[in-house]
Amino acid sequence: MENSGLACRERKLNYTKGMVVVMEKDVFILAVESSCDETAAAVVKNGREILSNVIYSQIDLHTLYGGVVPEIASRKHIEKINQVIQAALDQAGVTLQDITAIAVTYGPGLVGALLVGVSAAKAISFATGIPLVGVHHIEGHISANYIENLELEPPFICLVVSGGHSHLVKVKDYGEYEILGRTRDDAAGEAFDKVARAIGLGYPGGPKIDKVSKEGNPDAIHFPRAKVVGSEYDFSFSGLKSAVLNYLNGCEMKHIPVNQADVAASFQKAVVDVLVEHSIHGVKESGLSKFAIAGGVASNSSLRNALREACEKEGISFYYPSPVYCTDNAAMIGVAGYYEYQKGVRHGYDLNAVPNLKLGERV
Amino acid sequence: MKILGIDSSGLVASVAIVEDDRLVAEYNLQYKITHSQTLLPMLEEIRNRIHLDMQTIDAIAVAAGPGSFTGLRIGAATVKGLGLALGKPIIPVPTLEGMAYNCYGTDLLVCPIMDARRNQVYTGLYIFEKEDRIRMKSVMEQTAVGFDELAAKLNVLGREVLFLGDGVPVFAEAMKELLRIPYYFAPAHMNRQRAASVAALGKEKFEQGIFEDAADHAPEYLRLSQAERERQEKA
Repeated sequence: MENSGLACRERKLNYTKGMVVVMEKDVFILAVESSCDETAAAVVKNGREILSNVIYSQIDLHTLYGGVVPEIASRKHIEKINQVIQAALDQAGVTLQDITAIAVTYGPGLVGALLVGVSAAKAISFATGIPLVGVHHIEGHISANYIENLELEPPFICLVVSGGHSHLVKVKDYGEYEILGRTRDDAAGEAFDKVARAIGLGYPGGPKIDKVSKEGNPDAIHFPRAKVVGSEYDFSFSGLKSAVLNYLNGCEMKHIPVNQADVAASFQKAVVDVLVEHSIHGVKESGLSKFAIAGGVASNSSLRNALREACEKEGISFYYPSPVYCTDNAAMIGVAGYYEYQKGVRHGYDLNAVPNLKLGERV
Repeated sequence: MKILGIDSSGLVASVAIVEDDRLVAEYNLQYKITHSQTLLPMLEEIRNRIHLDMQTIDAIAVAAGPGSFTGLRIGAATVKGLGLALGKPIIPVPTLEGMAYNCYGTDLLVCPIMDARRNQVYTGLYIFEKEDRIRMKSVMEQTAVGFDELAAKLNVLGREVLFLGDGVPVFAEAMKELLRIPYYFAPAHMNRQRAASVAALGKEKFEQGIFEDAADHAPEYLRLSQAERERQEKA
């Protein structure tokens, strides 16, 4: 292991005119992510090459409770954190001695869960002297797009949709973000979870609705597409969720059988329509020609297809990460951490978890 | 032998270095700042002051629960990270044992109590026995019980008791009401968690072969999460 680690540390020599030798070293980021119910660690080389990406998912534990239980998540993170970090180092074929910087998610997320990754990362940084870089979880999701799209560089517009977040963001430069729109109530993924529960699909709602929708008619029921007056890019999903619940109640009272697949497909279409419309409008208004999606809901096949189609029609380049980089993972934190590290961002041993950290905010 | 001790199980953040029978450094804070922001900077201060080479530490002793769930996890994640990076083992020291060890050598029955909310305390009962040297023995292993239950047990045992811990001010009235035995309170320098005690007791445990790999360490909460408890009650 020691030897393969050194091999990865290969140095490039650049000679300049004055015969001064400039040693350009590869940058290896060890990244740690524990903001919700995934314990994850990864090693990323030079910002875009993923040497390892280890995820321990707790989803089965939380399924019993119909959603993530913060205390259970935090306890599980403690049990798994070292194994996950060690596995990430081993699978990358490196040791801590090869690591240039440690990147860790410090918000937003569940405070107890975040604290496990933050405390462990700080301790490793303290014991080794490896610099520490705190990373914003959503900036990580956005940065997941850099992994498989080597040509993608800012500026571009990104739609971030997950269980906890729905943002339309202008990525102005690495680490520079402008929020164009956000949800006023439920996150998109939250609406999926709530509707899935109401039609008896259970948790997690996103993948289950996506799957069952393939059997249903998306035009069977017309659910509302909410607009937020005065904020053209903001989202609102709670009205849609209520409309679905009202529809289900109505069926029950009138003793009409509910077609689960039709409800799922029609609900999904309502969400997708709004996300696509806002996104395309945002890209066109920005004058940019690149658009990316990120976050757990970015894996939704109906959303991907609709966005791909709309982007093709408008001549917009469309980028999206593979599902493994859409879910919570540490590779994306390593990528975002790399660009933060290159900009000189360093955090101290007093770095705290910030559960409601705002996008673009720096602590 | 050099032991790093850490306790973040309650309101006190505490870090200490014990080398053989010498307390080289100890830093205690009982102030309203999260352990996440104090613990490592305190260790850094100690490292700077005593020019500590972290690699010279033999093992890391930690107050391993019970206590504040979040406090315990900040301590656990910190020692796990240190253990991973340094390749050093973790000595889990039950929180109540560490606290009782503050009162080493007393003839009184030592009863640390931590406020566990829901009208309960985390507590244990300890005595010091004179053998080849003075050793701490537990009369009752640490547990979560109602204070009335603890009081009944103390009355049955009939020994003079020395109380300490953050449960003392919370249950002072209940003590007056329920206890029929003489009891005393430990003074400020020994009535809360101290990493020096965790490290010193940890050293004894380490010599007895009680330690674990950093990867395997997790706190002993003595309680399920609320969600698990409610689910069990329903079942």
